[in-house]
Amino acid sequence: MCLAIPAKILNRRQDNISKVDFGGVIKEVDVTLVPEASVGDYVLVHAGFAIGVVEEKEALETLELLRQMAEQSDASDGEQDGAS
Amino acid sequence: MHQTVNRMELHKGIDPGSRYSKALLEKILLEDIEHLSFMEVCGTHTMAISRFGIRRALAGKIELHSGPGCPVCVTDDAEIDLAIRMAGEFKATLCTFGDMMRVPGSSSSLLMEKAMGSRVVVVYSPLYALDIARQEDRQIVFLAVGFETTVPSIALTIMRTKQEGVKNLSFLSLNKVIPPALNFLCENREVRIDGFILPGHVSTVIGVKPYEFIPRRFGIPCVISGFEQADILSSILMLMDQNKRGEPEVRDQYFRGVRREGNLKAQEVIEEVFEPCDSRWRGIGMLPLSGLKLKDKYKDFDAMERFNVKPQVVYSSQVKRACKCGEVLIARIKPPQCPLFAVSCDPEHPVGPCMVSTEGTCAAYYKYERAGV
Repeated sequence: MCLAIPAKILNRRQDNISKVDFGGVIKEVDVTLVPEASVGDYVLVHAGFAIGVVEEKEALETLELLRQMAEQSDASDGEQDGAS
Repeated sequence: MHQTVNRMELHKGIDPGSRYSKALLEKILLEDIEHLSFMEVCGTHTMAISRFGIRRALAGKIELHSGPGCPVCVTDDAEIDLAIRMAGEFKATLCTFGDMMRVPGSSSSLLMEKAMGSRVVVVYSPLYALDIARQEDRQIVFLAVGFETTVPSIALTIMRTKQEGVKNLSFLSLNKVIPPALNFLCENREVRIDGFILPGHVSTVIGVKPYEFIPRRFGIPCVISGFEQADILSSILMLMDQNKRGEPEVRDQYFRGVRREGNLKAQEVIEEVFEPCDSRWRGIGMLPLSGLKLKDKYKDFDAMERFNVKPQVVYSSQVKRACKCGEVLIARIKPPQCPLFAVSCDPEHPVGPCMVSTEGTCAAYYKYERAGV
């Protein structure tokens, strides 16, 4: 439940809603909590909010790990609870 | 060395990790320190340790325990009952994270109530609850569950709800904070604890300082850890090193995601909206100042105030009393020692929350560490 997913910031707007890229999936998240993050930075996203800035290397490794886990999970049970 | 190589061979099948992880594992096994016992307090660590076969690979050398690290699992029956009342008796639309749907209260779950006609909506973010409230006239309640990772998102949503003057949204705050639970575990040790593997993303928010009482008062080493196989193995090595040196402290293995001071902006919004309150943890009971309630200036958005209700201690059915989740959560027993485990409790038909939650200790053991798996 406390897992945050890394994503790359694609834009910054006045209202603090940014488009971010989760390894290919683009979503809008709230970036109010990471005022220091700019376009191109990687942030940790949890429950629709960016909660911290993270190094690119860490972000890419984590995204790869999550991709593997998702594949394994799909293969083993084909079921996924709601994300939180 | 021979023994180590054999052990590596033995665990080849369950250690899909990189060469780096294998090197770390070998280093751990070669360390001249034995029989240490570490505890993690994070559902994501629980799953990773089981999934990567780390517990089995280190058996005999290091014992790994799971503590009360999953917010879904530590939510008490009485608190679930309260959420059910919001949707049933008070006819509110209850918005919740998906993980909470199947968690049993004293006699029902949100999923069962939804099937019976209550309005229960799964949301990914508390902001969706605000969206729904803007569009509907009826009362909307957001079931606010989570540790420090989740709390800033909820706090910001509450601030927005007030700013926008949205009157029909309130928040049932069952949020909890980790340090008081760690304090409880240190004061009431059910198992030997020679080190804590601390949660990375909780620490992204709170930083290092809130854990410093652990080495200082209890002499127990701590390492804040990332979530990959190599992260957890590195953290274990760092805990072994602290034990060898006899110099307990809080070290940060997950420096890529945690700043020493944490996320100050996130701490500021938590402080703006919430204040500590006593909170009941499944398996532990009431812990002083371990929960978060809305401050007076936000009390109009506190669902307990709005509907004038409090959690009530409830009587559990016989089968529920046989459930040992409470003892699993404080590491008094391991899941296979529960009489229901894999007999009448499994992920399809879970009796207790540690089997319900995808990051629960029982679910992790069931999936990856059951005999024959």
